[in-house]
This record gives sequence, structure tokens and C-alpha cells, in this order.
Amino acid sequence: MEEEALVGDAVMVSTLTTSLADVAASGATLRAFLHGLPGVDRVGADQRAAMLGTRSIKTTAKAKAIDLAISMVDLTTLEGADTAGKVRAMCIKALRPGSDAPKVAAVCVYPDLVAVAAEAVRGSGVKVASVATAFPSGRSSLEVKVSDTALAVAAGADEIDMVIDRGAFLSGDYMKIFEEIVAVKAACGAAHLKVILETGELSTYDNVRRASWLAMLAGADFIKTSTGKVSPAATLPVTLIMLEAVRDFRDATGRQVGVKPAGGIRTTKDAIKNLVLVNETAGDDWLTPEWFRLGASSLLNDLLMQRQKLATGRYAGPDYFTLD
Amino acid sequence: MAIFEYAPAPESTDVVDIKPSYGLFINGEFVDGSGPTFKTINPATEVPLAEIATATSDDVDRAVQAARKAFGVWSALPGAERAKYLFRIARIIQERARELAVLESLDNGKPIRESRDVDLPLVAAHFFYYAGWADKLEYAGFGTKALGVAGQVIPWNFPLLMLAWKIAPALACGNTVVLKPAETTPLTALWFADICRQADLPPGVVNIVTGAGDTGAAVVAHPDVNKVAFTGSTEVGRIIARTVAGTDKKLTLELGGKAANIVFEDAAIDQAVEGIVNGIFFNQGHVCCAGSRLLVQESIQDELLDSLKRRLGTLRVGDPLDKNTDVGAINSADQLAKIRELSEIGESEGALRWSPACELPERGFWFPPTIFTGVAQSHTIARDEIFGPVLSVLTFRTPAEAVEKANNTPYGLSAGIWTEKGSRILWMADKLRAGVVWANTFNKFDPASPFGGYKESGYGREGGLLGLEAYLDV
Amino acid sequence: MSRLSVRKTYKLYIGGAFPRSESGRSYPVTSPKGEFLANASQASRKDARDAVVAARKAFPGWSGATPYNRGQILYRVAEMLEGRRAQFAEESAPVRQGGKRAALEAVDATVDRLVWYAGWSDKIAAVRGAANPVAGPYFNLSSPEPTGVVAIVAPADPLLGLVSVVAPVIVTGNTCVVVASEPSPLASITLAEVLATSDLPGGVVNVLTGRQAELAPWLASHMDVNGLDLTGVADADLALRCEQAAAENLKRVLRPAQEDWTADPGIGRMTRFLETKTVWHPVGI
Repeated sequence: MEEEALVGDAVMVSTLTTSLADVAASGATLRAFLHGLPGVDRVGADQRAAMLGTRSIKTTAKAKAIDLAISMVDLTTLEGADTAGKVRAMCIKALRPGSDAPKVAAVCVYPDLVAVAAEAVRGSGVKVASVATAFPSGRSSLEVKVSDTALAVAAGADEIDMVIDRGAFLSGDYMKIFEEIVAVKAACGAAHLKVILETGELSTYDNVRRASWLAMLAGADFIKTSTGKVSPAATLPVTLIMLEAVRDFRDATGRQVGVKPAGGIRTTKDAIKNLVLVNETAGDDWLTPEWFRLGASSLLNDLLMQRQKLATGRYAGPDYFTLD
Repeated sequence: MAIFEYAPAPESTDVVDIKPSYGLFINGEFVDGSGPTFKTINPATEVPLAEIATATSDDVDRAVQAARKAFGVWSALPGAERAKYLFRIARIIQERARELAVLESLDNGKPIRESRDVDLPLVAAHFFYYAGWADKLEYAGFGTKALGVAGQVIPWNFPLLMLAWKIAPALACGNTVVLKPAETTPLTALWFADICRQADLPPGVVNIVTGAGDTGAAVVAHPDVNKVAFTGSTEVGRIIARTVAGTDKKLTLELGGKAANIVFEDAAIDQAVEGIVNGIFFNQGHVCCAGSRLLVQESIQDELLDSLKRRLGTLRVGDPLDKNTDVGAINSADQLAKIRELSEIGESEGALRWSPACELPERGFWFPPTIFTGVAQSHTIARDEIFGPVLSVLTFRTPAEAVEKANNTPYGLSAGIWTEKGSRILWMADKLRAGVVWANTFNKFDPASPFGGYKESGYGREGGLLGLEAYLDV
Repeated sequence: MSRLSVRKTYKLYIGGAFPRSESGRSYPVTSPKGEFLANASQASRKDARDAVVAARKAFPGWSGATPYNRGQILYRVAEMLEGRRAQFAEESAPVRQGGKRAALEAVDATVDRLVWYAGWSDKIAAVRGAANPVAGPYFNLSSPEPTGVVAIVAPADPLLGLVSVVAPVIVTGNTCVVVASEPSPLASITLAEVLATSDLPGGVVNVLTGRQAELAPWLASHMDVNGLDLTGVADADLALRCEQAAAENLKRVLRPAQEDWTADPGIGRMTRFLETKTVWHPVGI
């Protein structure tokens, strides 16, 4: 069985009688596996997330959380109006968010601007992430999605943020998504693959769990909540469920997958709530920029303002922080 | 050292001003008690909080007389006027919620997160709910005639909430009350006396008599009490039922439990784990309807226990006033001794004991979250109510076996069912002999929802329309 | 020449069968004027124990039957009673005031009472149950359920009184053990014959005749009895002892009371032996 294993060790998972190696043998086995995952009770998940949201993070813990959050930010611009100038400016901010604050984890741009970003952050350790695969809708052919990915990788992207075909997911064609992820992953080469589930369009938490497992089974290095173009985006319960999924997936396979909530995370409070979720769900192993990211744009300045408040004891004002 | 340690986040106690001593609240005044005083202490630190009066039977008699005198006025008030008093009380509770939450955590040992987010909102909601009934009794189907003086004895696990459950419906129906709070948690009841004064409630409508068991017995046995309501142990409930035998007193009892929390293999596992944790570690397990027996289907036993243990590792045990504390202090030395004794019996009878690594404070009364596995129905810890953060894990193979085991107890207060299959939930709910059945949730309370037990868990319902029946001459 | 009549042996009714008392005892039943009417079985504590076992055994089936089914069976009892109207009147005439005419009226009232209670079987839940509007994403429903095994000490009124205490207990799904009126037990056994031929499952109603003071305390202290109706206990001291004994397992107790059996009974006798179960379930997608 070992050599046949698709991912990691072939082990028994949950109530299934099949090993993970056989899961993607056919559309039917894939479907049976995903539908055999434990359900998610929406009310219970909402309450757990809300309860964790009441954690009171103060003083030293808050200072540490803010720096950790800054280091996890995927600083993002995904506008039709993006230009080389806009991207360069954002990259400069990513490298030096302010005084002694840590660098962000990555900058995230459209494929055609990857080269600009790569040039701007070269040698800094800040990664270049590119959305791809007919982002944000994913409504194109596999061929186009693969070339979109290849374009970004060739331009220097370290990370690819692909979208899944939500239409296929909702119509039950899980194999189509599986195969697309496998193909895009192949096109990524050395680049890390983040798979965007667009949870706001999946509608149910059961679907979030299934889509998380589907992406991980197909080889995702990261699972990401949202494109930022659909509301709701990264809600706390959705992130909670995805954190449970990566935790359980590692238990089952030995392979660790990262999580990236993106969209709607605007305040320090939001960011810290996310870190509390990680801390009390997946644990220490995920509390690094390697395994947890926050996809955001305006969040960074709020983190910086709160950081300054802690340092000076005064509340900060936006005029003292650069726009980009 | 973990990567992300939460710094202490203590709730300030500045909002609470505790005087050195407190008397009894009779006829709208604080008066001295005739019995010896006793100290109420903070169970998290063992530091005394205040000196409390003991009401003797003479004091209780004065309180009952005051209540009897007030009954004439109070019961004759139009329902709409009684309602407005209760609405006032509900609002004052909301206004003083933070103060009351801190006080409750100080006196009881429960985490501030729970007193703030659970107890106090429910207290205010309960008064708000029954306030609305006061002028609508003729629609409830129990008549509109109040019983008279209600003697009420409440426990220490939810001091102010149990007070609300007792006083709100009693007053709405036109009764007056003499209430005895628990010996170890009298403070919020005394604060409530002050709230009654702020609300201009007529003197004697609410009387608070503090003391231990003797005071409670005097309330129950007083010949001019028309209604007795008690929440507490089944053992004391029996004594009270015997005491009121042969009288015309109406009696409602909300007693102990040994609830089964039943988890099927198709359950939403992560939520089930939360439900198990909430079921037995909420309020340190000092909950009569706690899910103290986990019945897990054998096919997922290992998986579920692994998840549960991992989750227990994240429980934060310690200072009740820290906003991040999940499990606070055991309420008293006596209760701690009882939990220890039963846990030792569990071990000596061969059940396997497990607790997550957790540092407990040196002073105060503490017990770590504890799981016993390999428990059989015949084990003492599967039968006796522990009333602490101790979970007994049993297994079952079929739904019928789960029902059989769940019902195999003299208690019948609550039960939990975890499965994603709707028809099974309804089948199980139908078969379980318990007054409250939580399906895919646990330990949820609401003033609109009747609460109370089958069998030795007592009789009568508190909450909802049925909660009125206990306080009307049906 | 007149024919010598064949008399009936009055036995107990336990688990759908008519056994004699295991004690072998009987006691003479006489009219108020002192005429001998029959020997009734004098049940022992062991008969009471057996009756509780029978009632417990019948509980799952009876409480699990559909309310419609229970209603139909109670209505069937009324039909059977109507058919034996004359027999009941004749049997109870000697033990009541007002003679045959009053006895006949009492039988009619009994039939009507059964019909009244039969109709409650599938309505009491609508009156006592509730959809509770809780402040959260939960479906929350309260519904009444039978308490379990109820021991009843029947009042002196031999038929209407008896049916007025038994019908409200069983219509909701409880099973019961009835201690019949001590001086006038005969109608209770004839009623048992009606019950036995009315599709009422054996054990739902168990009838004991004998000494109230001997039987009631054993039923009051029995740990597998959930409810105790002391309506027929005239002796205040016996009632007190029974209520105190009932406290041991927190039985629901209906205290002794003088009742006018011709008055509107209300729903109190049903609700006294009903529990309320409240079920919560989250509402979410």
C-alpha cells in the first residue's frame, strides 16, 4: 500500500473503511470519502468561534500577537486598476511596514504584475504570491488555468493562490476539482500552492470541510478561505473548520497543510481572534508564517497603529501611517 | 513555553464594594439576624469576603409575617403594575450586570466569562420574561389566583440565576417570597435586596434570609408558607417532601442528575467534543443537569477520546476573575472533599483516571478537569452525582442500548444526543426519560424554556408558560 | 320454581389476568344495610408487588402507543360499559344511596366520563405542550409525557369515582395499580372484566381489592412506582404516612380530597401525572 499512497501514509481515517490512497480512485470513491467526513453543526461551530473570540489578549500577549500577525500578512492588491507603480509601492511597505516592525510574509498580486513584485522584494525573504487560474471566478478551461499558473511561476511567483471551480463543487463533480488541483500543482513546480475554496459560495460548513479535504487530498500546500471578491469572506467559524481540517489531515496522513483566511480581516482584533483560533485549534505548529497567513490589505496599518499604542501608551492616528 | 501565551487579563474588582458584614433583608430593611454570624469566602483564595447573619426560626417567622402582610398589597396590585416592578428589576440587573458578575465570581468561584456571558444575561432575561406574564395570567390556563407566601431555598451553583428562577415567576403571579440563598454564596442575593429597594418594590414582597440548612428547614416548615420551591440535592429534596407531607403546601423540587450525553458514530465530532466539554466542565461541573456520563458508540470511542483529551489540554483552569479562564474554583472545601472522595472511589473501583497537565493555584479549592474511562454502569462514579468537573466515559453498541443505559438511573433531569440523523434524534428524544433533552447541543437555558426533571430529579417546571403553574392556585 | 343463580367469584385483576390473592384471603362485602353481597379477594403486599411489576411491564407499550390508539381503546371501554349498563347498575345499587335509578345515572355518568377522557388522548399535548421561543438559533419544543406507574387509592364511589381517577391517569399513557374502594370493591372487578375485553393491554390497569391501610403504604413506598393518587384515603394519618413514604423516590403525589364526581373534572388529574420533556435542537444549515 505504501507506494500507492497518494499522500503520506495510507492510514484509516474516521469512519471510513478505505485508505486515503484509494480515495481518489474514482469520482464515486472521492464522493464517498468526502460525504463520509463528520458533519459540522453550524450553530455549534459558530458558538465555539464566538467563544474563542472573547479571549482577552492584553499587554505582552498582545504585543507578541501583533508582531506575529504582521509577519503572517499576505499584503494584497487585486484590483483591476493595479499598476506597476501601485505594486512597487506596496512592496516597499511590505519590506518595511514601519519603524522596527517585522516584514510581512508575502505580497499577493495578479500574474501580470508578479515580475514587478519579484523585482521589488528580491532577496528580502518576503515571498511573492500570485493569484491564478482565472481568478476570482475560476470560470475557464483547465488549459487556461494551467497557463495562467505557469505564467505567474515563470515571472517569479513563490506561491500560487488558485481558485476551485465552485460550480463543479456544488454540482458534485469533485473529481473535476481534484484533477484541476493536481494539474495546477504540477504547473507550480517548486512554488507553493494555496487553494482558495471561496467558502462564501460553498454555503454550508459541511461543504467547507469537504472542500478543505478535497484540496488537501489533491496536494494543496495551503487552503485559503476566500478571494476577497465574495461576501462573506473569512469568517471565524470558517477558519475554525479549516483549522480542524488541517489538524485532522495531519493526524491522518502526517502531512501538514497551511491555512490562510483572506478577505474581511481589517482590524487588529480580527487578526488576534484568528491567532487565538490557531492557538486553541491547530496549536503551536501552525503559529508561524510558514503555516498560517492572513490575506489582507488595510489590516496592516491597524496592526501598526495598535503596535504604536502599546509602545507609546497613546492612541495612534492614521496620519502617522503611510497609505501604502 | 508555548508560542502564544495569554497574559493575565483579570477583571477589575473595583466595581464591587463589599461591606464587612450583612444582615437579613426583612420587610424592606436590612436587620440583624439572631443566630451566630458566619463568613462567606472567596473559594479561589479562601479569603473571607464578608460576615453573614444567620436567620433563626424566629427571624424566618418575622420574614414570613412581613411577606404575609405584603401579600395583601402585592396580590391586589393590577398585573400590569407588578409587571412594571419586574421590568424595573430586570433593567437594574442589566445596569449593574458587571458588578453582579464580578461579585458572583468572587463568591462562587465561577469564571467571570461565565458569570458575565451566561449567568447575568439569563438573570435579566428571566425577570424580563416573567414581567411580561404578570398582566397576562388569564391567558396561561392556570387561573390568576396567587398562592400566598412562597418559601424558596436555592443552591450555590448559580446563586443569582436560581434566585431569578424562583423570584421572577413568584412575583409575577402575585406571591410574596422568603428566599434563603446558599450558605456559601449569599452575596448576590443580598445585592438583589438592594436592587429591590432601588426598584421601590413594596416592603415585604421580597425577603432574604441567610443561613445554613437550619434556616432553610425553618422556611420550609413554616406553617404560614403556602408554597415551597427548592433547588438542590435529591437528599435534601426528599427531606423537604417529607416535611410538607400532610400540609396544603404546594411543592416544586429541582434536584440532582446524572445525565447521559450520548454520542453516535455519525455525530458532528468537533461540535460533539465541544458539547461534552460544555456539558461537564461548564461551571466546574457544578450543574445539576451536567452531562456527567458520556455514552460513546464503541466504533468511535478511540477517535472521540483522543479529540476530547486534546481539547481538555486547552482548558484554562485558574483565577475565576481572569477573562480567559474556562474552569474556575470548586465552590467549597466540603464540595472539593466530596469530589475527591468520589474520584478516589472511581480509581479504587478500577476506572482509569486522566487529567490534562494543569497547574492549580496553591490556595483555594481546585480540582482539575478529569475523565474516567473504562467506566461501567455498576461503578459508583457512573451512578452517584459528583457535582464536579469529572466525566465518566461509558460505551454502547446500539441506539437501544444507549437508551437503556441512559435511563438506568434514579435521576431524570437531562440528556444529550449527538447524531446527524434526524429520525434517530427524535426516536432517542422520545425514549429518554429526562425533562430536558439537548440534541446536538448541551447546557442551553432560556427563560421561555421549561426546565425540570423526571423521577428523583424532582418535579414541577421552571421557565416558560409551565413555570407559572408552580405559583398559581390551579 | 326459581332457579338458583350462579354467582361470580370476585378476584383480583393483575397483568390482564384474574388471579386470587396469593395470600388466599378474602373478606365479605356487604351492603350498607349489612346484607352479604360477595366475598372479595383481600390482596396482600405481594399482590401489590406483582401488580406493580405488571404495570411497569405494560408501560413501554402503552405509553408508546399512539394517542389516537389510546383514545380509541378508552372509547371502546365506554362502549363495553354501555353494553353492561344494567349489570353495573344492579351491582352497585345495593351499595349506594338512591337505589337503582341513581345507580343507573351513575353508570351513565361513568360512560360519559370515559368518553370525555378518551377524547383527551390526542389533545392534552396541544394544551400542555409548547413551542418555546428561545433567544437563540434553536428549535425548542415541550411536550407532556406520562409519569410512569401510578398507584391509585380509589375513592368510595364505587364506579364513577373509580373511573374518574383511573381514566385520567391512563389516557395519557401511564399504567396503574388501583386499590379499589374497601367497602365497595365489587364494581371494580366487574369493570376489570370490561377492561379485559376492551383491547386495553394487560397490565395497564391492575385492580387490587382489600384493606386500604394494608396496601397503600406498600405502594407508597414502592421504589418502582412514580406517582401516588391518595384521593380515596380518608384517614389523615394514613395519608400522611403514605405521602411521607412517597418522598423516598420523589413520587408525584395527589393528596386526598373530597370531590364531587359529577362536576367538570378539569385537566388537573391528567396533568398531575404528566412530566414535561423539553427538546432542544440547533437550527442551522
